[in-house]
Amino acid sequence: MSVLIYAENADGKFKKSIFEVVSYARAIADQSNTTLTAISIGNINTDELNSLAKYGADKILNVANAQLKNFVNQAYASVIAEAAKKEGADIVVLSNSFSGRGLAPRIGVKLDAGLVDGAVELPELNGGKFTVKKTAFSGKAFAVVELTSANKVIALTPNSYKIVEAAKTAKVEDFNVETKESDFKAMLKEIVRSTDKVSLPDAEIVVSGGRGLKGPENWGMIEELASLLGAATACSKPVSDSGWRPHSEHVGQTGIAVSPNLYIAIGISGAIQHLAGVSSSKVIVVINKDAEAPFFKVADYGIVGDAFEVVPKLIAAIKEHKALV
Amino acid sequence: MTILVCISNVPDTTTKITFTDNNTQFNTNGVQFILNPYDEIALARAIELTDGGKGTVTVINVGEANTEPTIRKALAIGATDAVRINAKPHDAWFVAYQIAQYVKANPFDLILTGRESIDYNGSKVAGMLGELLDLPSVSIIKKLELDGDKAIVEREIEGGKEILTIPFPFVAGTAEGVAEPKIPNMRGIMSARTKPLTVIEPVDVKTNSEIISYETPAPRGQVKLVAADDSGKLIDLLHTEAKVI
Repeated sequence: MSVLIYAENADGKFKKSIFEVVSYARAIADQSNTTLTAISIGNINTDELNSLAKYGADKILNVANAQLKNFVNQAYASVIAEAAKKEGADIVVLSNSFSGRGLAPRIGVKLDAGLVDGAVELPELNGGKFTVKKTAFSGKAFAVVELTSANKVIALTPNSYKIVEAAKTAKVEDFNVETKESDFKAMLKEIVRSTDKVSLPDAEIVVSGGRGLKGPENWGMIEELASLLGAATACSKPVSDSGWRPHSEHVGQTGIAVSPNLYIAIGISGAIQHLAGVSSSKVIVVINKDAEAPFFKVADYGIVGDAFEVVPKLIAAIKEHKALV
Repeated sequence: MTILVCISNVPDTTTKITFTDNNTQFNTNGVQFILNPYDEIALARAIELTDGGKGTVTVINVGEANTEPTIRKALAIGATDAVRINAKPHDAWFVAYQIAQYVKANPFDLILTGRESIDYNGSKVAGMLGELLDLPSVSIIKKLELDGDKAIVEREIEGGKEILTIPFPFVAGTAEGVAEPKIPNMRGIMSARTKPLTVIEPVDVKTNSEIISYETPAPRGQVKLVAADDSGKLIDLLHTEAKVI
Protein backbone atom coordinates (compact mmCIF):
# COMPACT_ATOMS: atom_id res chain seq x y z
CA MET A 1 0.00 0.00 0.00
CA SER A 2 1.35 3.43 -0.96
CA VAL A 3 0.47 6.64 -2.78
CA LEU A 4 1.59 7.52 -6.30
CA ILE A 5 1.39 10.93 -7.93
CA TYR A 6 1.80 11.85 -11.56
CA ALA A 7 4.02 14.95 -11.72
CA GLU A 8 3.00 16.52 -15.00
CA ASN A 9 5.52 18.93 -16.47
CA ALA A 10 4.99 21.79 -18.88
CA ASP A 11 8.01 22.26 -21.11
CA GLY A 12 10.34 20.69 -18.56
CA LYS A 13 9.04 22.61 -15.56
CA PHE A 14 6.64 21.68 -12.76
CA LYS A 15 3.91 24.19 -12.15
CA LYS A 16 2.62 25.25 -8.76
CA SER A 17 -0.37 22.92 -9.21
CA ILE A 18 2.01 19.93 -9.20
CA PHE A 19 3.58 20.99 -5.89
CA GLU A 20 0.01 21.24 -4.58
CA VAL A 21 -0.55 17.65 -5.74
CA VAL A 22 2.65 16.51 -3.99
CA SER A 23 1.68 18.31 -0.75
CA TYR A 24 -1.83 16.87 -0.90
CA ALA A 25 -0.62 13.34 -1.59
CA ARG A 26 2.02 13.66 1.18
CA ALA A 27 -0.80 14.38 3.62
CA ILE A 28 -2.73 11.32 2.37
CA ALA A 29 0.37 9.15 2.75
CA ASP A 30 0.82 10.47 6.30
CA GLN A 31 -2.85 9.73 7.10
CA SER A 32 -2.23 6.07 6.42
CA ASN A 33 1.43 5.99 7.43
CA THR A 34 2.74 5.04 4.03
CA THR A 35 5.16 6.28 1.39
CA LEU A 36 4.75 8.66 -1.52
CA THR A 37 6.19 7.98 -4.95
CA ALA A 38 6.16 10.50 -7.78
CA ILE A 39 6.37 9.63 -11.46
CA SER A 40 7.51 12.09 -14.12
CA ILE A 41 7.36 11.40 -17.85
CA GLY A 42 9.23 13.24 -20.60
CA ASN A 43 12.15 15.66 -20.79
CA ILE A 44 13.08 17.14 -17.45
CA ASN A 45 16.31 17.85 -15.59
CA THR A 46 17.41 16.34 -12.28
CA ASP A 47 17.13 19.57 -10.27
CA GLU A 48 13.53 19.95 -11.30
CA LEU A 49 12.84 16.29 -10.46
CA ASN A 50 14.47 16.69 -7.05
CA SER A 51 12.18 19.61 -6.27
CA LEU A 52 9.40 17.05 -5.77
CA ALA A 53 11.20 15.78 -2.66
CA LYS A 54 10.95 19.22 -1.09
CA TYR A 55 7.19 18.78 -0.77
CA GLY A 56 7.27 15.21 0.42
CA ALA A 57 8.04 12.66 -2.30
CA ASP A 58 9.94 9.67 -0.89
CA LYS A 59 10.84 8.29 -4.29
CA ILE A 60 10.90 9.79 -7.76
CA LEU A 61 10.48 7.71 -10.89
CA ASN A 62 11.73 9.23 -14.11
CA VAL A 63 10.52 7.93 -17.46
CA ALA A 64 12.96 9.20 -20.07
CA ASN A 65 11.77 7.01 -22.98
CA ALA A 66 12.15 9.10 -26.18
CA GLN A 67 8.81 7.84 -27.48
CA LEU A 68 7.16 9.44 -24.46
CA LYS A 69 8.82 12.82 -24.79
CA ASN A 70 5.51 14.49 -25.63
CA PHE A 71 2.15 13.83 -24.02
CA VAL A 72 0.29 10.84 -25.47
CA ASN A 73 -2.83 10.30 -23.40
CA GLN A 74 -3.18 6.55 -23.91
CA ALA A 75 0.51 5.73 -23.48
CA TYR A 76 0.98 7.97 -20.43
CA ALA A 77 -2.05 6.36 -18.78
CA SER A 78 -0.53 2.92 -19.38
CA VAL A 79 2.83 3.96 -17.89
CA ILE A 80 1.25 5.54 -14.79
CA ALA A 81 -1.03 2.54 -14.19
CA GLU A 82 1.97 0.21 -14.61
CA ALA A 83 3.95 2.25 -12.07
CA ALA A 84 1.04 2.08 -9.63
CA LYS A 85 1.00 -1.72 -9.95
CA LYS A 86 4.79 -2.07 -9.57
CA GLU A 87 4.87 0.27 -6.57
CA GLY A 88 1.85 -1.34 -4.98
CA ALA A 89 0.12 2.04 -4.92
CA ASP A 90 -3.57 1.91 -4.09
CA ILE A 91 -4.09 5.66 -4.37
CA VAL A 92 -3.06 7.65 -7.45
CA VAL A 93 -3.24 11.45 -7.31
CA LEU A 94 -2.88 13.82 -10.23
CA SER A 95 -3.80 17.38 -11.13
CA ASN A 96 -7.28 18.01 -12.54
CA SER A 97 -5.52 19.81 -15.41
CA PHE A 98 -6.50 19.42 -19.06
CA SER A 99 -4.10 16.48 -19.42
CA GLY A 100 -4.99 15.11 -15.98
CA ARG A 101 -8.63 14.96 -16.99
CA GLY A 102 -7.66 12.83 -19.97
CA LEU A 103 -5.49 10.48 -17.93
CA ALA A 104 -7.49 9.99 -14.74
CA PRO A 105 -10.44 8.08 -16.25
CA ARG A 106 -8.15 5.76 -18.23
CA ILE A 107 -5.97 5.07 -15.18
CA GLY A 108 -9.12 4.49 -13.12
CA VAL A 109 -10.38 1.84 -15.53
CA LYS A 110 -6.96 0.17 -15.78
CA LEU A 111 -6.67 -0.11 -12.00
CA ASP A 112 -10.32 -0.98 -11.42
CA ALA A 113 -10.38 2.15 -9.27
CA GLY A 114 -13.08 4.61 -8.36
CA LEU A 115 -12.24 8.15 -9.43
CA VAL A 116 -12.92 11.52 -7.82
CA ASP A 117 -12.23 14.38 -10.23
CA GLY A 118 -12.08 18.00 -9.10
CA ALA A 119 -11.23 17.16 -5.48
CA VAL A 120 -10.96 20.23 -3.24
CA GLU A 121 -10.11 18.74 0.16
CA LEU A 122 -8.15 15.88 1.70
CA PRO A 123 -9.97 12.55 1.87
CA GLU A 124 -11.68 11.70 5.13
CA LEU A 125 -11.53 8.23 6.58
CA ASN A 126 -14.57 7.63 8.74
CA GLY A 127 -15.52 4.18 9.96
CA GLY A 128 -13.91 2.50 6.99
CA LYS A 129 -15.45 4.97 4.54
CA PHE A 130 -13.10 6.85 2.23
CA THR A 131 -14.77 10.11 1.17
CA VAL A 132 -13.53 13.07 -0.86
CA LYS A 133 -15.17 16.46 -1.38
CA LYS A 134 -15.35 17.68 -4.97
CA THR A 135 -16.90 20.54 -6.90
CA ALA A 136 -20.30 19.88 -8.48
CA PHE A 137 -22.89 21.73 -10.51
CA SER A 138 -20.10 23.79 -12.07
CA GLY A 139 -19.13 25.46 -8.81
CA LYS A 140 -22.66 25.95 -7.49
CA ALA A 141 -22.16 23.17 -4.93
CA PHE A 142 -19.85 20.47 -3.60
CA ALA A 143 -20.47 16.73 -3.46
CA VAL A 144 -18.92 14.38 -0.93
CA VAL A 145 -18.14 11.17 -2.79
CA GLU A 146 -17.35 7.82 -1.23
CA LEU A 147 -14.99 5.59 -3.16
CA THR A 148 -15.92 1.98 -2.51
CA SER A 149 -13.17 0.32 -4.58
CA ALA A 150 -9.86 -0.93 -3.16
CA ASN A 151 -7.85 1.28 -5.56
CA LYS A 152 -8.59 4.97 -5.86
CA VAL A 153 -7.74 7.80 -8.23
CA ILE A 154 -8.05 11.46 -7.20
CA ALA A 155 -7.67 14.48 -9.52
CA LEU A 156 -7.03 17.62 -7.46
CA THR A 157 -8.47 20.99 -8.46
CA PRO A 158 -5.61 23.50 -8.95
CA ASN A 159 -5.36 26.23 -6.30
CA SER A 160 -7.51 24.36 -3.78
CA TYR A 161 -4.79 22.86 -1.56
CA LYS A 162 -1.97 24.81 0.03
CA ILE A 163 1.61 23.89 -0.73
CA VAL A 164 3.36 22.54 2.37
CA GLU A 165 7.09 21.94 2.50
CA ALA A 166 7.97 18.54 3.92
CA ALA A 167 11.53 17.93 2.82
CA LYS A 168 12.39 14.29 2.19
CA THR A 169 15.53 12.78 0.77
CA ALA A 170 14.31 11.07 -2.32
CA LYS A 171 16.23 9.14 -4.91
CA VAL A 172 15.52 9.61 -8.59
CA GLU A 173 15.20 6.24 -10.32
CA ASP A 174 14.80 5.54 -13.98
CA PHE A 175 11.54 3.78 -14.67
CA ASN A 176 11.20 1.77 -17.83
CA VAL A 177 8.11 0.10 -19.13
CA GLU A 178 7.43 -1.61 -22.39
CA THR A 179 5.11 0.48 -24.45
CA LYS A 180 2.58 -1.00 -26.82
CA GLU A 181 2.12 0.33 -30.29
CA SER A 182 -1.65 0.62 -30.07
CA ASP A 183 -1.15 3.30 -27.39
CA PHE A 184 0.41 5.65 -29.95
CA LYS A 185 -2.38 6.06 -32.50
CA ALA A 186 -2.92 9.71 -31.63
CA MET A 187 0.02 11.70 -33.02
CA LEU A 188 1.11 15.12 -31.85
CA LYS A 189 1.56 17.50 -34.77
CA GLU A 190 2.24 20.76 -33.03
CA ILE A 191 2.18 22.50 -29.66
CA VAL A 192 1.12 26.13 -29.76
CA ARG A 193 1.92 28.06 -26.59
CA SER A 194 0.91 31.60 -25.80
CA THR A 195 3.98 32.12 -23.67
CA ASP A 196 3.62 35.83 -23.04
CA LYS A 197 0.55 35.47 -20.88
CA VAL A 198 -0.42 33.89 -17.57
CA SER A 199 -2.59 30.83 -18.25
CA LEU A 200 -6.11 31.20 -16.90
CA PRO A 201 -6.50 27.82 -15.13
CA ASP A 202 -3.18 28.32 -13.28
CA ALA A 203 -3.63 32.00 -12.45
CA GLU A 204 -3.62 33.26 -8.87
CA ILE A 205 -5.15 36.56 -9.97
CA VAL A 206 -7.74 36.91 -12.74
CA VAL A 207 -8.94 40.15 -14.31
CA SER A 208 -12.19 39.54 -16.14
CA GLY A 209 -14.22 41.80 -18.41
CA GLY A 210 -17.86 41.75 -19.44
CA ARG A 211 -20.22 43.45 -21.84
CA GLY A 212 -19.91 46.62 -19.79
CA LEU A 213 -16.64 47.22 -21.60
CA LYS A 214 -18.64 47.85 -24.77
CA GLY A 215 -16.22 46.36 -27.31
CA PRO A 216 -12.99 44.42 -27.89
CA GLU A 217 -11.10 47.65 -28.57
CA ASN A 218 -11.46 48.55 -24.89
CA TRP A 219 -9.54 45.55 -23.59
CA GLY A 220 -6.24 47.43 -23.50
CA MET A 221 -6.84 48.63 -19.97
CA ILE A 222 -7.93 45.13 -18.85
CA GLU A 223 -4.69 43.71 -20.22
CA GLU A 224 -2.64 46.46 -18.63
CA LEU A 225 -4.27 45.92 -15.25
CA ALA A 226 -3.73 42.14 -15.59
CA SER A 227 -0.13 42.53 -16.60
CA LEU A 228 0.61 44.85 -13.65
CA LEU A 229 -0.91 42.28 -11.27
CA GLY A 230 0.68 39.26 -12.94
CA ALA A 231 -2.87 38.13 -13.66
CA ALA A 232 -4.60 36.18 -16.41
CA THR A 233 -7.36 37.82 -18.42
CA ALA A 234 -10.84 36.31 -18.65
CA CYS A 235 -14.30 37.26 -19.83
CA SER A 236 -18.01 36.51 -19.54
CA LYS A 237 -19.97 34.32 -21.98
CA PRO A 238 -21.57 37.17 -24.00
CA VAL A 239 -18.09 38.55 -24.62
CA SER A 240 -16.67 35.30 -26.03
CA ASP A 241 -19.94 34.58 -27.87
CA SER A 242 -19.59 37.95 -29.59
CA GLY A 243 -16.05 37.07 -30.60
CA TRP A 244 -14.52 39.93 -28.61
CA ARG A 245 -12.30 37.46 -26.77
CA PRO A 246 -11.36 33.79 -27.39
CA HIS A 247 -13.50 30.98 -25.93
CA SER A 248 -10.55 29.86 -23.83
CA GLU A 249 -11.08 33.01 -21.72
CA HIS A 250 -14.77 32.34 -21.03
CA VAL A 251 -15.32 31.79 -17.32
CA GLY A 252 -18.62 30.36 -16.13
CA GLN A 253 -20.83 27.31 -16.05
CA THR A 254 -20.31 26.41 -19.70
CA GLY A 255 -16.78 27.76 -19.85
CA ILE A 256 -13.94 27.33 -17.43
CA ALA A 257 -14.25 27.26 -13.64
CA VAL A 258 -11.48 29.13 -11.85
CA SER A 259 -10.42 29.32 -8.21
CA PRO A 260 -7.86 32.13 -8.00
CA ASN A 261 -6.90 34.05 -4.87
CA LEU A 262 -8.30 37.21 -6.44
CA TYR A 263 -10.97 37.57 -9.12
CA ILE A 264 -11.63 41.08 -10.41
CA ALA A 265 -14.85 41.35 -12.43
CA ILE A 266 -15.20 44.50 -14.51
CA GLY A 267 -18.46 45.31 -16.25
CA ILE A 268 -19.93 41.86 -15.58
CA SER A 269 -23.43 41.84 -14.09
CA GLY A 270 -23.07 38.39 -12.48
CA ALA A 271 -25.54 36.01 -14.11
CA ILE A 272 -25.92 32.77 -12.15
CA GLN A 273 -23.99 30.87 -14.85
CA HIS A 274 -21.01 33.21 -14.51
CA LEU A 275 -21.07 33.14 -10.71
CA ALA A 276 -20.90 29.32 -10.82
CA GLY A 277 -17.50 29.49 -12.47
CA VAL A 278 -15.96 31.90 -9.96
CA SER A 279 -17.60 30.93 -6.66
CA SER A 280 -14.47 29.24 -5.30
CA SER A 281 -12.31 32.35 -5.80
CA LYS A 282 -10.89 33.40 -2.46
CA VAL A 283 -11.49 37.15 -2.88
CA ILE A 284 -13.90 38.67 -5.39
CA VAL A 285 -13.81 42.32 -6.48
CA VAL A 286 -16.66 43.70 -8.57
CA ILE A 287 -16.56 46.91 -10.55
CA ASN A 288 -19.88 47.82 -12.13
CA LYS A 289 -21.78 51.03 -12.72
CA ASP A 290 -25.07 49.36 -11.78
CA ALA A 291 -25.30 49.20 -7.99
CA GLU A 292 -28.05 46.58 -8.38
CA ALA A 293 -25.82 44.16 -10.34
CA PRO A 294 -26.23 40.69 -8.75
CA PHE A 295 -22.45 40.24 -8.70
CA PHE A 296 -22.19 42.65 -5.73
CA LYS A 297 -24.10 40.12 -3.58
CA VAL A 298 -21.22 37.62 -3.80
CA ALA A 299 -18.37 40.14 -3.85
CA ASP A 300 -15.92 40.88 -1.03
CA TYR A 301 -15.04 44.33 -2.37
CA GLY A 302 -16.93 46.50 -4.80
CA ILE A 303 -16.79 49.79 -6.62
CA VAL A 304 -19.98 51.21 -8.06
CA GLY A 305 -18.67 53.21 -10.96
CA ASP A 306 -17.88 53.44 -14.63
CA ALA A 307 -15.13 51.00 -15.62
CA PHE A 308 -13.64 53.60 -17.96
CA GLU A 309 -13.02 55.90 -14.99
CA VAL A 310 -12.28 53.32 -12.30
CA VAL A 311 -9.82 51.03 -14.12
CA PRO A 312 -7.33 53.79 -15.06
CA LYS A 313 -7.37 54.90 -11.40
CA LEU A 314 -6.62 51.33 -10.31
CA ILE A 315 -3.78 51.13 -12.80
CA ALA A 316 -2.31 54.38 -11.45
CA ALA A 317 -2.71 53.18 -7.86
CA ILE A 318 -0.94 49.88 -8.59
CA LYS A 319 1.94 51.68 -10.27
CA GLU A 320 2.24 53.89 -7.22
CA HIS A 321 1.98 50.89 -4.89
CA LYS A 322 4.69 49.08 -6.84
CA ALA A 323 6.95 52.12 -6.67
CA LEU A 324 6.60 52.11 -2.87
CA VAL A 325 7.44 48.46 -2.24
CA MET B 1 -19.32 7.81 -41.40
CA THR B 2 -21.19 6.69 -38.30
CA ILE B 3 -21.02 8.90 -35.24
CA LEU B 4 -22.25 8.20 -31.73
CA VAL B 5 -22.98 11.21 -29.53
CA CYS B 6 -23.34 10.50 -25.81
CA ILE B 7 -25.81 12.89 -24.22
CA SER B 8 -26.73 13.83 -20.66
CA ASN B 9 -29.92 15.24 -19.23
CA VAL B 10 -28.85 18.03 -16.85
CA PRO B 11 -30.42 20.89 -14.86
CA ASP B 12 -30.79 24.10 -16.87
CA THR B 13 -27.86 26.52 -16.42
CA THR B 14 -30.10 29.04 -14.63
CA THR B 15 -31.02 26.49 -11.92
CA LYS B 16 -30.49 27.50 -8.34
CA ILE B 17 -29.01 24.36 -6.82
CA THR B 18 -30.60 23.17 -3.56
CA PHE B 19 -30.72 19.86 -1.71
CA THR B 20 -33.22 17.89 0.36
CA ASP B 21 -33.18 14.98 2.85
CA ASN B 22 -30.50 16.49 5.02
CA ASN B 23 -28.40 17.52 1.99
CA THR B 24 -28.25 14.03 0.56
CA GLN B 25 -30.52 14.51 -2.48
CA PHE B 26 -30.43 17.08 -5.25
CA ASN B 27 -33.75 18.94 -5.18
CA THR B 28 -35.24 18.48 -8.65
CA ASN B 29 -38.47 20.20 -7.66
CA GLY B 30 -39.24 22.88 -10.25
CA VAL B 31 -35.94 22.23 -12.07
CA GLN B 32 -36.03 22.20 -15.83
CA PHE B 33 -33.76 19.63 -17.44
CA ILE B 34 -31.95 20.27 -20.69
CA LEU B 35 -29.56 18.66 -23.12
CA ASN B 36 -26.09 19.21 -21.62
CA PRO B 37 -24.69 22.34 -23.39
CA TYR B 38 -21.35 20.67 -24.25
CA ASP B 39 -23.22 17.67 -25.71
CA GLU B 40 -25.10 20.13 -27.95
CA ILE B 41 -21.72 21.15 -29.37
CA ALA B 42 -20.82 17.48 -29.99
CA LEU B 43 -24.17 16.90 -31.66
CA ALA B 44 -23.85 20.00 -33.84
CA ARG B 45 -20.40 18.94 -35.08
CA ALA B 46 -21.60 15.37 -35.71
CA ILE B 47 -24.46 16.70 -37.83
CA GLU B 48 -22.09 18.97 -39.78
CA LEU B 49 -19.70 16.10 -40.45
CA THR B 50 -22.44 13.82 -41.78
CA ASP B 51 -24.51 16.47 -43.56
CA GLY B 52 -25.69 15.69 -47.08
CA GLY B 53 -25.92 11.92 -46.70
CA LYS B 54 -22.30 11.47 -45.60
CA GLY B 55 -23.28 9.40 -42.59
CA THR B 56 -25.50 8.93 -39.57
CA VAL B 57 -25.60 10.35 -36.07
CA THR B 58 -26.88 8.19 -33.24
CA VAL B 59 -27.43 9.73 -29.81
CA ILE B 60 -27.20 7.57 -26.72
CA ASN B 61 -28.32 8.37 -23.20
CA VAL B 62 -28.21 6.40 -19.98
CA GLY B 63 -31.34 7.46 -18.18
CA GLU B 64 -34.84 6.63 -17.13
CA ALA B 65 -37.96 7.45 -19.17
CA ASN B 66 -37.97 11.06 -17.92
CA THR B 67 -34.93 11.86 -20.12
CA GLU B 68 -36.92 11.25 -23.31
CA PRO B 69 -37.79 14.93 -23.92
CA THR B 70 -34.05 15.65 -24.02
CA ILE B 71 -33.46 12.72 -26.39
CA ARG B 72 -36.31 13.96 -28.63
CA LYS B 73 -34.68 17.40 -28.62
CA ALA B 74 -31.45 15.83 -29.93
CA LEU B 75 -33.47 14.08 -32.64
CA ALA B 76 -35.17 17.38 -33.49
CA ILE B 77 -31.79 19.07 -33.82
CA GLY B 78 -30.87 16.45 -36.40
CA ALA B 79 -29.70 13.12 -34.96
CA THR B 80 -30.68 10.13 -37.12
CA ASP B 81 -31.77 7.84 -34.32
CA ALA B 82 -31.47 7.37 -30.58
CA VAL B 83 -30.76 4.74 -27.96
CA ARG B 84 -31.74 4.99 -24.32
CA ILE B 85 -30.22 2.60 -21.83
CA ASN B 86 -32.93 2.32 -19.26
CA ALA B 87 -31.17 3.02 -15.95
CA LYS B 88 -30.39 5.80 -13.51
CA PRO B 89 -26.93 7.17 -14.43
CA HIS B 90 -25.33 6.13 -11.12
CA ASP B 91 -21.89 7.60 -11.89
CA ALA B 92 -19.54 8.13 -14.84
CA TRP B 93 -18.18 4.59 -14.58
CA PHE B 94 -21.68 3.09 -14.75
CA VAL B 95 -22.58 5.28 -17.74
CA ALA B 96 -19.32 4.60 -19.61
CA TYR B 97 -19.61 0.86 -18.98
CA GLN B 98 -23.17 0.71 -20.35
CA ILE B 99 -22.27 2.72 -23.45
CA ALA B 100 -19.12 0.63 -24.03
CA GLN B 101 -21.18 -2.58 -24.03
CA TYR B 102 -23.49 -1.05 -26.65
CA VAL B 103 -20.56 0.11 -28.81
CA LYS B 104 -18.88 -3.31 -28.65
CA ALA B 105 -21.98 -4.74 -30.33
CA ASN B 106 -22.55 -1.70 -32.58
CA PRO B 107 -19.23 -0.08 -33.58
CA PHE B 108 -18.99 3.57 -34.68
CA ASP B 109 -16.31 5.54 -36.54
CA LEU B 110 -16.36 8.36 -34.03
CA ILE B 111 -17.69 8.69 -30.50
CA LEU B 112 -18.28 12.18 -29.11
CA THR B 113 -19.22 13.35 -25.65
CA GLY B 114 -19.38 16.85 -24.22
CA ARG B 115 -16.18 17.89 -22.41
CA GLU B 116 -18.12 17.46 -19.15
CA SER B 117 -21.70 17.43 -17.95
CA ILE B 118 -22.65 20.62 -16.13
CA ASP B 119 -24.00 18.69 -13.12
CA TYR B 120 -21.02 16.63 -11.94
CA ASN B 121 -18.32 18.13 -14.20
CA GLY B 122 -16.31 14.93 -14.33
CA SER B 123 -14.87 14.86 -17.89
CA LYS B 124 -14.70 11.14 -17.27
CA VAL B 125 -16.93 9.30 -19.74
CA ALA B 126 -14.77 9.99 -22.84
CA GLY B 127 -11.59 8.65 -21.23
CA MET B 128 -13.34 5.66 -19.67
CA LEU B 129 -14.94 4.77 -23.02
CA GLY B 130 -11.57 5.05 -24.71
CA GLU B 131 -10.05 2.67 -22.18
CA LEU B 132 -12.95 0.20 -22.22
CA LEU B 133 -12.93 0.10 -26.03
CA ASP B 134 -9.12 0.33 -26.37
CA LEU B 135 -9.44 3.46 -28.52
CA PRO B 136 -7.57 6.77 -28.35
CA SER B 137 -9.41 9.45 -26.37
CA VAL B 138 -8.98 13.20 -26.20
CA SER B 139 -10.76 14.77 -23.30
CA ILE B 140 -11.21 18.41 -24.17
CA ILE B 141 -11.10 19.43 -27.81
CA LYS B 142 -11.67 22.86 -29.33
CA LYS B 143 -11.64 21.85 -32.99
CA LEU B 144 -12.31 18.71 -35.03
CA GLU B 145 -11.62 18.52 -38.77
CA LEU B 146 -11.58 15.57 -41.15
CA ASP B 147 -8.43 14.58 -43.02
CA GLY B 148 -9.14 11.40 -45.00
CA ASP B 149 -9.25 8.42 -42.66
CA LYS B 150 -7.95 10.59 -39.84
CA ALA B 151 -9.11 13.60 -37.90
CA ILE B 152 -7.16 16.68 -36.90
CA VAL B 153 -8.14 17.87 -33.46
CA GLU B 154 -7.05 20.72 -31.25
CA ARG B 155 -6.71 19.90 -27.60
CA GLU B 156 -6.74 22.59 -24.94
CA ILE B 157 -3.73 22.78 -22.60
CA GLU B 158 -2.92 25.36 -19.95
CA GLY B 159 -1.69 28.42 -21.83
CA GLY B 160 -2.02 27.02 -25.33
CA LYS B 161 -3.14 24.11 -27.43
CA GLU B 162 -1.90 20.89 -28.99
CA ILE B 163 -2.77 19.86 -32.52
CA LEU B 164 -3.11 16.09 -32.99
CA THR B 165 -3.91 13.70 -35.81
CA ILE B 166 -5.93 10.67 -34.80
CA PRO B 167 -7.09 7.76 -36.96
CA PHE B 168 -10.73 6.72 -36.65
CA PRO B 169 -12.26 5.31 -34.55
CA PHE B 170 -11.61 7.40 -31.45
CA VAL B 171 -13.41 9.15 -28.59
CA ALA B 172 -13.38 12.90 -27.94
CA GLY B 173 -15.02 15.36 -25.53
CA THR B 174 -16.05 18.59 -27.23
CA ALA B 175 -15.79 22.13 -25.84
CA GLU B 176 -16.68 25.55 -27.20
CA GLY B 177 -15.11 26.21 -30.57
CA VAL B 178 -15.85 22.80 -32.11
CA ALA B 179 -19.24 23.92 -33.46
CA GLU B 180 -22.08 26.33 -32.77
CA PRO B 181 -25.07 24.60 -31.15
CA LYS B 182 -28.00 24.16 -33.54
CA ILE B 183 -31.58 25.19 -32.87
CA PRO B 184 -34.20 22.69 -34.07
CA ASN B 185 -36.45 23.91 -36.86
CA MET B 186 -40.13 23.04 -37.28
CA ARG B 187 -39.38 20.17 -39.67
CA GLY B 188 -36.89 18.76 -37.22
CA ILE B 189 -39.36 18.97 -34.37
CA MET B 190 -42.07 17.21 -36.42
CA SER B 191 -39.75 14.45 -37.64
CA ALA B 192 -38.27 13.88 -34.17
CA ARG B 193 -41.53 12.27 -33.07
CA THR B 194 -41.19 9.45 -35.56
CA LYS B 195 -37.43 8.91 -35.57
CA PRO B 196 -36.40 5.58 -34.01
CA LEU B 197 -35.68 5.61 -30.28
CA THR B 198 -34.60 2.18 -29.06
CA VAL B 199 -34.77 1.42 -25.36
CA ILE B 200 -32.42 -1.25 -24.08
CA GLU B 201 -31.90 -2.61 -20.59
CA PRO B 202 -28.63 -2.06 -18.71
CA VAL B 203 -26.07 -4.77 -18.01
CA ASP B 204 -24.92 -5.55 -14.48
CA VAL B 205 -21.80 -3.74 -13.33
CA LYS B 206 -20.25 -3.15 -9.92
CA THR B 207 -20.17 0.57 -9.13
CA ASN B 208 -17.24 2.14 -7.30
CA SER B 209 -18.46 5.50 -6.05
CA GLU B 210 -21.43 6.90 -4.12
CA ILE B 211 -22.42 10.48 -3.41
CA ILE B 212 -22.83 10.68 0.36
CA SER B 213 -23.90 14.31 0.73
CA TYR B 214 -23.86 17.76 -0.81
CA GLU B 215 -22.76 21.17 0.39
CA THR B 216 -23.32 24.65 -0.92
CA PRO B 217 -20.48 27.20 -0.92
CA ALA B 218 -20.16 29.21 2.29
CA PRO B 219 -21.86 32.58 1.87
CA ARG B 220 -19.56 35.58 1.67
CA GLY B 221 -19.79 38.46 4.09
CA GLN B 222 -21.26 41.84 3.20
CA VAL B 223 -19.52 43.51 0.27
CA LYS B 224 -17.15 46.32 1.26
CA LEU B 225 -17.74 49.23 -1.08
CA VAL B 226 -15.03 51.67 -2.09
CA ALA B 227 -16.09 55.04 -3.53
CA ALA B 228 -15.43 55.35 -7.27
CA ASP B 229 -13.60 58.66 -6.72
CA ASP B 230 -11.27 56.91 -4.33
CA SER B 231 -10.66 53.76 -6.43
CA GLY B 232 -6.99 53.62 -5.48
CA LYS B 233 -8.00 52.71 -1.95
CA LEU B 234 -9.07 49.32 -3.27
CA ILE B 235 -5.45 48.48 -4.02
CA ASP B 236 -4.51 49.29 -0.40
CA LEU B 237 -7.28 47.06 0.91
CA LEU B 238 -6.30 44.19 -1.36
CA HIS B 239 -2.73 44.54 -0.14
CA THR B 240 -3.11 45.18 3.58
CA GLU B 241 -6.49 43.62 4.44
CA ALA B 242 -7.21 40.82 1.94
CA LYS B 243 -3.47 40.23 1.40
CA VAL B 244 -3.94 38.97 -2.13
CA ILE B 245 -1.66 41.39 -3.96
